[in-house]
Amino acid sequence: MSDTTYTQLLDLACGGLLLTAVLVLWRRELAVIIRVFALQGVALAALVGVLAARESSVELGAVAVGLLVLRAGVLPWLLYRALVGAGPALRETRPLVNVAASLLAAAVLALLAYAVAQPLVALAPAPATHAVPVGLTVVLIGFFVLVTRRRALSQLVGFLLLDNGITAIGFLTTSGIGLLVELGVSLDVLLAVLVLQILTTRMRETFGEADLDELRELHD
Amino acid sequence: MTTLFLLVPVALPVLGALVYLVFGWRPATAWVSAASAAGVLAAAILIAVEVAAGPRTAIAGLLRVDALSAFMLIVIGAVALLATAATPAHLRAEIDAGRATARTAARHSVLVQLFLAAMALAVSAADLGVLWIAVEATTIVTAFLVGQRRTRSAVEAAWKYVVICSTGIALALLGTILLNYAAQHTPATAGLDWAGLVASAHTLDPGVTRIAVALLVIGFGTKAGLAPLHAWLPDAHSQAPAPVSALMSGVLLSVAFYAVLRVKVIADAALGTGFTRILLVIMALASLLLAASLLLAQRDYKRMLAYSSIEHMGLLALAAAVGGPLAMAAALLHVLGHGLAKGVLFLSAGRILQTTGTSRIERVRGLAARQPLLAGCVGFGVLALIGLPPFSVFASELGIARAGFASGLGPVTAAALLVVLVIAAALIAHTSRMLLGSPPEGPGAATAVPRLPVTAGTALVAGLVVCAAIGVSAGPLSALLHLAAEILTGTR
Repeated sequence: MSDTTYTQLLDLACGGLLLTAVLVLWRRELAVIIRVFALQGVALAALVGVLAARESSVELGAVAVGLLVLRAGVLPWLLYRALVGAGPALRETRPLVNVAASLLAAAVLALLAYAVAQPLVALAPAPATHAVPVGLTVVLIGFFVLVTRRRALSQLVGFLLLDNGITAIGFLTTSGIGLLVELGVSLDVLLAVLVLQILTTRMRETFGEADLDELRELHD
Repeated sequence: MTTLFLLVPVALPVLGALVYLVFGWRPATAWVSAASAAGVLAAAILIAVEVAAGPRTAIAGLLRVDALSAFMLIVIGAVALLATAATPAHLRAEIDAGRATARTAARHSVLVQLFLAAMALAVSAADLGVLWIAVEATTIVTAFLVGQRRTRSAVEAAWKYVVICSTGIALALLGTILLNYAAQHTPATAGLDWAGLVASAHTLDPGVTRIAVALLVIGFGTKAGLAPLHAWLPDAHSQAPAPVSALMSGVLLSVAFYAVLRVKVIADAALGTGFTRILLVIMALASLLLAASLLLAQRDYKRMLAYSSIEHMGLLALAAAVGGPLAMAAALLHVLGHGLAKGVLFLSAGRILQTTGTSRIERVRGLAARQPLLAGCVGFGVLALIGLPPFSVFASELGIARAGFASGLGPVTAAALLVVLVIAAALIAHTSRMLLGSPPEGPGAATAVPRLPVTAGTALVAGLVVCAAIGVSAGPLSALLHLAAEILTGTR
């Protein structure tokens, strides 16, 4: 692969990551959000795939396939199952911050990410590390979704966005953090999502709806 | 001793979990949990003797146990033994009251054993990646324990717990990845293992390391219950079943703090002591102030104990900020003393909840007259917690304060001590309202209170006695504490 193609493909995949993160902020229908999240999983897997092709690494290629299955297949499917159980309430009705302000916040977060990531890029300038601020932006947007959304499922998507961003940074800075650790991390994330999905179901059983505004039993 | 012996603290609880999985909860298996915890404690003591000569590694370098890990294993074993010894009585009372069945009791025991295994793995891990996996595994396992009762408040607490802790720990993962990135660009291309990171710390890129360390400290600090991401702690600790609260508050917080301490060694070598010191001082003072403000008017005794845990983690953060051998040894002693005292208190609180049916402070009156032994355990437990001699918390708080004044953090230490005094006053006021006074009258008040089971009573008293004994003299522990403190100050 020539340098130009590599850089262009890399930037394309990163663009996909960023675009899908912003789309999650923009759309309110939970079904659409889950589909966008699955698309982001594809972009993430493509990113790792490009890196694998660049380094002609079979191991990294296998990781890319694993990521595709987990992030674009299993996790969206789990989210979708939780959504189907939720019944008619399919929209994020009242986010704490409205859409226009959210998109503005995303722009600010992107600037922040670029400012913070300066030392990361400076340590080893390369096409891959130049894309690190994109990963950091996705992390920050995920955090933003997590704190401003009220539905349990939207928060879950925020958590997963955060996680996609972290994974992207992991592969952009080095070729991952070792296969064993990578596996452990993926397993932990999968289990955390399973736990949260079970809790969403239990919440619906006990509270009626998985709207986190209903969570006010515990306070001081 | 073969290196396989290092596996015992992880493998034994896994075996215990298998036993409960196969045989379920029955009279014959009721004490398997305590036996496995006792085994972990015994193995930890043997390992501590063994690693006095130097660190040992096992399974292809995945596990690496030094004096610090061995000390943490002892803390895990001791508090686990305390909590699991009181568990059969607790579960039997729950089953009698119809709040649990043999099935939920079996599930509880399986999860507690896996929880112990994950904590043991966290402190014996040779590298930051495995430590991260083990700490996240504790969140997943305990989520079901917190939400065990399936009431509205229990489910809410479990949700908050998983979301906030997983997010915090995700930040720690980002920090881990960035530290790995920095380590890859050192001349030695160190990985994530502690030994390699410490050895090549001075060549790490300061800019990247600074971001990584901030993320790691905040991330693992979340799991340790330090402000600003502490909101999960009072809910989770007050909703979990008593033995689980004892374990979460007594050891899990300290295991997460152990990660902060390990990161601090690397950060100090790479960036100088100033950076982590500022970070930790801010988190310490914020945690202390928050705990004090919410303790003053607290109405729920389990939440009171939970906020007290935030206070003690704040004190540990202060000790870490101070640094130096005295502060580090005091911090580790504090981990053990706080673990035992808080374990006893949460177990007693669980018993009070079972016998009175309320967790409100004002509705529990005259405990001393109705249940003298339990009231004695609560009273002495609170005295131990606020640092009255002879309990070991007194010795460790004194050590932290002395080191603080000697290190140039005088004003911060003075402020912290003032807050600690306020908290002590609040704790005594709330506890005396529960213990003293005449028993409440009214319908149902005349029914006889069931006696505290002998096994649970023995565990509670033993916990307090041990806490007092190590306060009088740390004995052979002091050598271990010095070795561990040397590791934490980077001189060994």
